[in-house]
Amino acid sequence: MTEGLWVYLATSPLLWLVTTLVVWLAATAIAGLSPGNALLNPIMLSIAVIAAILCIAGIDYDAYFKGAQFIHFLLGPATVALGIPLYEKLSLVKSNLVPMLCALVVGSLTAVGSTVFFAHLFGFAPDVVASLAPKSTTAAVAMAVSSGLNGDPALTAAVVVLTGICGAIVVTPMMNAMRIKDFSARGFAVGLASHGIGTARAYSVDPVAGLFSGIAMGFNAVLTSLIVHVFL
Amino acid sequence: MLIGITVLLVFQLIGEVTAYFLNGFVPGPVIGMAMAAVALTLTGGVKILRPAHQQTIDTSKVVLANLGILFVPAGVGIIQHLDLIRDSGLELLAIVVLSTVITLTVTVWVFILVKRLSGGYAND
Repeated sequence: MTEGLWVYLATSPLLWLVTTLVVWLAATAIAGLSPGNALLNPIMLSIAVIAAILCIAGIDYDAYFKGAQFIHFLLGPATVALGIPLYEKLSLVKSNLVPMLCALVVGSLTAVGSTVFFAHLFGFAPDVVASLAPKSTTAAVAMAVSSGLNGDPALTAAVVVLTGICGAIVVTPMMNAMRIKDFSARGFAVGLASHGIGTARAYSVDPVAGLFSGIAMGFNAVLTSLIVHVFL
Repeated sequence: MLIGITVLLVFQLIGEVTAYFLNGFVPGPVIGMAMAAVALTLTGGVKILRPAHQQTIDTSKVVLANLGILFVPAGVGIIQHLDLIRDSGLELLAIVVLSTVITLTVTVWVFILVKRLSGGYAND
């Protein structure tokens, strides 16, 4: 009887949609207990817990995604929503236009260049190097760039998420250690290096950081798809 | 709320259509983001659109405050690559950490130095 219920629920989208929401709410509550601790990143915690549940229960990713896709779909409108603070704080953005464009070009070249350099250093095959190169951009762009370079888009997606979480965890301690107080600069750097996951972190720290992070993410998506050809 | 989410989806749709004609060169939602900012700026003074503007602003605040959860479904996809993590996880992690730390440092300092040189901190 209970086995029948499990089979019924495990294949329905509702169970995995609810799991994702509940795990996320629990993860943000845990992260909120110690706001200064960047290691308690709610995105990383949620992914780890859900991945563990799926592995233990023997559920494959496609079955999970049937439920989780309703949340995944909102990435599109959420990206559009990044344009609204852009409109609200247009004068702040305009007054930072020159530093933004310089940081964009140098940062984008550094992101791709350093990745390709270390990937060669560790002796990865050319198709793996191509899969890693666009890792600082938002997943959709990174996967398109990767497949255009004969990389593996699925590997790219995994590394993009890893890069986002890494940036979200290290950005606050790093910027504090370097005594950087300008949240427009801090936000721009994390959006460029760590796309939307960095932007989610930036919004949880400071609204101005979030605004500049979103701009950096958008700009870098465009620029990376051009400059990967410089390195590969 | 409903007007707000509709406005966001309409701009995503416009962005996707534009992206199609640009051969996917720039992702649709990124084009939608730029178009939404431009459209709001151009129509900011139009009285009849004011309630729609306010709803769009309110909806985006809710969406952006909960941005993190939207990356969880894609992130869980990492379970499809457990063999790769077993084989070369440490090297991949090293590349990601090194490159991210270098990129963050370079980007933030270029931003700050250029802003300083162009007198951007004159009023601080």
